[in-house]
Amino acid sequence: MNKEKTNTGKLLEVKDLRVSFFTPAGEVKAVGGISYDLNYGEVMGIVGESGSGKSVEAYSIMGLLQSPGKVIGGSITCDGEDVISKSKEEMSDFRGKKVSMIFQNPMTCLNPVYTIGNQLVEALRAHNKTISKAEAEKKAMEMLELVGINNIEKRMKQYPHEFSGGMRQRVMIAMGLICSPKLLIADEPTTALDVTIQAQILELMKDIQRKTNMGIIFITHNLGVVAEICDKVSVMYAGKIVEQGTVEDIFYRPSHPYTHGLLSSMPRVDAESYERLVPIEGSPVDMLNPPDGCPFAPRCKQCMQVCLNKMPPYVELGGDHRSACWLRVKEQIDNKEEQTNE
Amino acid sequence: MNNDVLLEVQNLKKYFPVKGVKGPGVQAVENVSLFIKKGETLGIVGESGCGKTTLGRTILRLYEPTAGRIIYNGKVIFDGGESIPKLDKESGEPIVDKNGAPVMTTSKKIAVDMKPYRRKMQIIFQDPSASLDPRMTVGEIVGEAIDIHNLASSKAQRDEMIKGLLNEVGLNSEHANRFPHEFSGGQQQRVGIARALAVKPEFIVCDEPISALDVSIQSQIVNMLEDMQNELGLTYMFIAHDLSVVRHISNRIGVMYLGSLVELGESYELNRNPIHPYTKTLLSAVPVPDPQVSRARQRIVLEGDIPSPMNPPTGCRFHTRCPYAKEICREQTPVFKEYEKDHWAACHLLEGN
Repeated sequence: MNKEKTNTGKLLEVKDLRVSFFTPAGEVKAVGGISYDLNYGEVMGIVGESGSGKSVEAYSIMGLLQSPGKVIGGSITCDGEDVISKSKEEMSDFRGKKVSMIFQNPMTCLNPVYTIGNQLVEALRAHNKTISKAEAEKKAMEMLELVGINNIEKRMKQYPHEFSGGMRQRVMIAMGLICSPKLLIADEPTTALDVTIQAQILELMKDIQRKTNMGIIFITHNLGVVAEICDKVSVMYAGKIVEQGTVEDIFYRPSHPYTHGLLSSMPRVDAESYERLVPIEGSPVDMLNPPDGCPFAPRCKQCMQVCLNKMPPYVELGGDHRSACWLRVKEQIDNKEEQTNE
Repeated sequence: MNNDVLLEVQNLKKYFPVKGVKGPGVQAVENVSLFIKKGETLGIVGESGCGKTTLGRTILRLYEPTAGRIIYNGKVIFDGGESIPKLDKESGEPIVDKNGAPVMTTSKKIAVDMKPYRRKMQIIFQDPSASLDPRMTVGEIVGEAIDIHNLASSKAQRDEMIKGLLNEVGLNSEHANRFPHEFSGGQQQRVGIARALAVKPEFIVCDEPISALDVSIQSQIVNMLEDMQNELGLTYMFIAHDLSVVRHISNRIGVMYLGSLVELGESYELNRNPIHPYTKTLLSAVPVPDPQVSRARQRIVLEGDIPSPMNPPTGCRFHTRCPYAKEICREQTPVFKEYEKDHWAACHLLEGN
């Protein structure tokens, strides 16, 4: 599993990805042109509300988009391979070996009528036709040990309902890692869990990530979890990445009003005194009739005329930090004018 | 007893019998005693399955308690009828005999008709879409309580009340003719709150009212609940698993583990100075949205999972996962008592054992 230790280059490159759902009520642009890179050994958080397109984006990397959803533009390159042009057979080989995914609700992802051992072995043998059953079983037990499950011999013969929620999520992680993928997509893996169990799973994921040098995409709406595990963050709103940067950029130098809003609307457990929350007013965007300009404009307190008409371009803020907001564009123009005046 | 106490619960128990299993069944709430003062918010936190929702519903007698006592505004609304320490009528202190043992008395079984109390005690549910009847309009949902309790003398007055309620929770009066599915999650929760307010209650159990909502909507609802409390002088019991939200909204917080209260205290005090090991772990497990703070702090990670409430551990229920558990913790149930002013806990370690 340590083969990739030295590999530090680009693992995943997503360029101008567009995904639409063609529903009877009209086209829903679930993902409207997003771009980002992920290096080996990096953890990227994707933060957004429900309906912001964060899961759809992940499903398109996995090639798991279901009709009526369709990738309508852009490119996804993972470990040097173009993902979108792959055929169905190529895709199913690519999944598991190169990327794998863990889901929010482990109970619906495990088959209730097969034992855990059976399912782990099946996952491995589906991608590795030459491995013998005995070897596969040995490997499955190693994986269960890696994710911290005790009493492995007995656990292999048990069914999903005999596991608790946290234990099932560990099994899901073991299954996701059994083919040694280079990229792991975790779609809200701790949302359904209690905080003490969430803490266990986060520790486990950090540990495995250090050992394997995998790239991880961590999809969540919990900013606390992001602060804990991620190296960089993309904030999504209505199918667009509105701000991107390192965790420090996002938490200490947020530049988009939506990121600001998210941070100030959350109570903090370490706050010293009572402070009234500052909510983001209004409701999330209706994706069937998105606004013309910046999708956040109708809820933005600093909204200007231009925001309602045109989507803002990305403004580079140093390093990997960029945000799509007209306020930042205006600042840049003002700065340039000042410089020329001097 | 203090006059400013609105609701008091003594040794409340709720067991759910399980078919084909001998014994008490699922011991969802075990010996919980607490009080809530008028106008305050008492937060209840704990992991899923710790009995916090059952506690809320049992207090409202949506579930009939198995044993214990519920006293609302000085009136006993439920008494399971069992042996309890006799209290001095004037001081409210337990009477002790010559040897220092409390004098016991058996209380009379009481289970009052709840209908008049339903007007005073209301509940807001977790899942707004599941708690609104999809075949009723919002006006009918909010108006139903007004009809049941005959609060309006004419149809015009009833319509006026519904309009007023919808405006109060930030909806338009035209929304009265729409159905629940036409609203977003946050708006549905507003309807649920309007329904609870329709009978002008004094006490509301808020059972995870924001857990099902988007992050940006949660703070809207939290602020609205705070505003309503200030305007209408409501008393809340706020049940949630998110400690940061509970800490924000509550005056005092009770922490539950496997059906029992393990610690209860003023909310900032509880956060600064948790005395029960479970509260300490729970606090350290909550992620902080600040990369430097969250990476620097020491986290206590608990081993294992919550035991089954059908067959809870003997002694202290937390001892199977407690990093400090000793012999006595396995054998004796710790007593829930006041260790510092307004700061209760149940732990043998605090006894200096």
